[in-house]
Amino acid sequence: MSFWEKIYLPAVLNGMRITFSHLFRKKATIRYPETKREFAEIYRGQHVLKRDEEGRERCTACGLCAVACPAEAIIMVADERKPGEENLYREEKYASVYEINMLRCIFCGLCEEACPKEAIFLTKKIVASDYERDGFIYGKDKLLEPLDPEKRIDISKRETKEVLEFKKDKSKKHNQ
Amino acid sequence: MGTFILYKTILASCILMISLLVAMYSTLIERKVAGFFQDRLGPDRAGPWGLFQPLADGIKLFFKEEFMPNTADKFLYILGPSLTMLIALLTSAAIPWGSNLVINGKEYPLQVADINIGILYIFAIVSIGVYGIMIGGWASNNKYALLGAIRASSQMISYELAMSLAIIAVVMMTGSLSLKDIVQQQHGFNWNVWYQPAAFLIFLVCAFAECNRSPFDLPECETELVGGYHTEYSSMKLGFYLFAEYINMFISAAVMATLFFGGYNFPFMDKLALSPNAMATIGFFVLFTKITFLGFVFMWVRWTLPRFRYDQLMRLGWKAMIPLAILNIVITGIVILIR
Repeated sequence: MSFWEKIYLPAVLNGMRITFSHLFRKKATIRYPETKREFAEIYRGQHVLKRDEEGRERCTACGLCAVACPAEAIIMVADERKPGEENLYREEKYASVYEINMLRCIFCGLCEEACPKEAIFLTKKIVASDYERDGFIYGKDKLLEPLDPEKRIDISKRETKEVLEFKKDKSKKHNQ
Repeated sequence: MGTFILYKTILASCILMISLLVAMYSTLIERKVAGFFQDRLGPDRAGPWGLFQPLADGIKLFFKEEFMPNTADKFLYILGPSLTMLIALLTSAAIPWGSNLVINGKEYPLQVADINIGILYIFAIVSIGVYGIMIGGWASNNKYALLGAIRASSQMISYELAMSLAIIAVVMMTGSLSLKDIVQQQHGFNWNVWYQPAAFLIFLVCAFAECNRSPFDLPECETELVGGYHTEYSSMKLGFYLFAEYINMFISAAVMATLFFGGYNFPFMDKLALSPNAMATIGFFVLFTKITFLGFVFMWVRWTLPRFRYDQLMRLGWKAMIPLAILNIVITGIVILIR
């Protein structure tokens, strides 16, 4: 060590200068309940099962999302649409049970990429905490988009150009 | 005689209250300053700007479980924090908090005891302070506490030497051990720090070590010794130790302000031509500004520098601080002789 390093003082003063400059920096703290961190428009949070313009469920229970899911968080039971249910389900086949285990889900978004029917999307909503594990298995009651046009969930930000183009690509088997 | 006792009692209790209040709020300021240095905001939930945080902390400490290890020496275990607190509060008696107040033609100095050996008294009391920590660490019957106590005692004893030697140069210039004389000699802007910068620097560094503050906080040393000498302490006994640290910080800032920064003196004080009472009040606030600044320096250094290694600490104390202090005495002596 040189003489100036040995007496510590220049290094100490330099350090103190640096810390002092931090007094006037913009603080990184967000006072949580009063102010909230702004989410990205394409944030991957809780899923939503979309309905089409007429309010019919888009999901046809093809199971591609469950196959794509790396965490194996999705379970579904397919059912056949009965006559008279055309206003409820868009396709002839629909999911009578559709469950996502939110404890397993890693919010990667592969399910929406796999979906050929534009039925499942991730939203800005955060999965609420719970005391029980059972509470984290979200069924259709929690996932399905509300019918009320006022309460429809906007997912247009997650439908990027690349995604839309990919879904039109007929060379991919599941898009046919 | 009656008024004398009454006035001394009022003054002493005022100083006691102020030291406790300042110590209480320096815990908040410390956390705030730490937060600001780290680009955070610090506590701001309890009351506006977190002003009730010290109260919340105090209440929490009072209601915590009073735990005492089975193997601890019961008497010494309680004596430790009590002694630390007592000694921390004792030193403030000799510090002149302002010039004289004049009420009904009688002069009342804002100093509890103008002892003619003021500095010596402060050093004597401060050196007893090590016993509180040593006894606490020993009585806990815990290896970490004992190691912390050993570190604390050897560190405090080593740095006390350099500290007192640094003061000798100031005393040589003033020719008096009375704190009142030393303050009066620094009238106006004639502060000792301009004449004795080396002594001030040595004193400052030693004050960090004496208060067990970072970068010399080896006695508590969370990373190696759990909590150091207060590992086994909980509830208000722990609170006393932590509280005493802040009182010590306040008092050493006050001593430094008195010895080196002119105490209650401020530049151009003669040109104001105010009544003695107004001067005493202004002087008190001036002293407090200086103390606040020095207290801030304590925190500033703490949140800047990492902890010293123990051998570095000892080398700095014995091989750097003490020789420097002696050199400073010699140079001061030569300059006084030539003048």
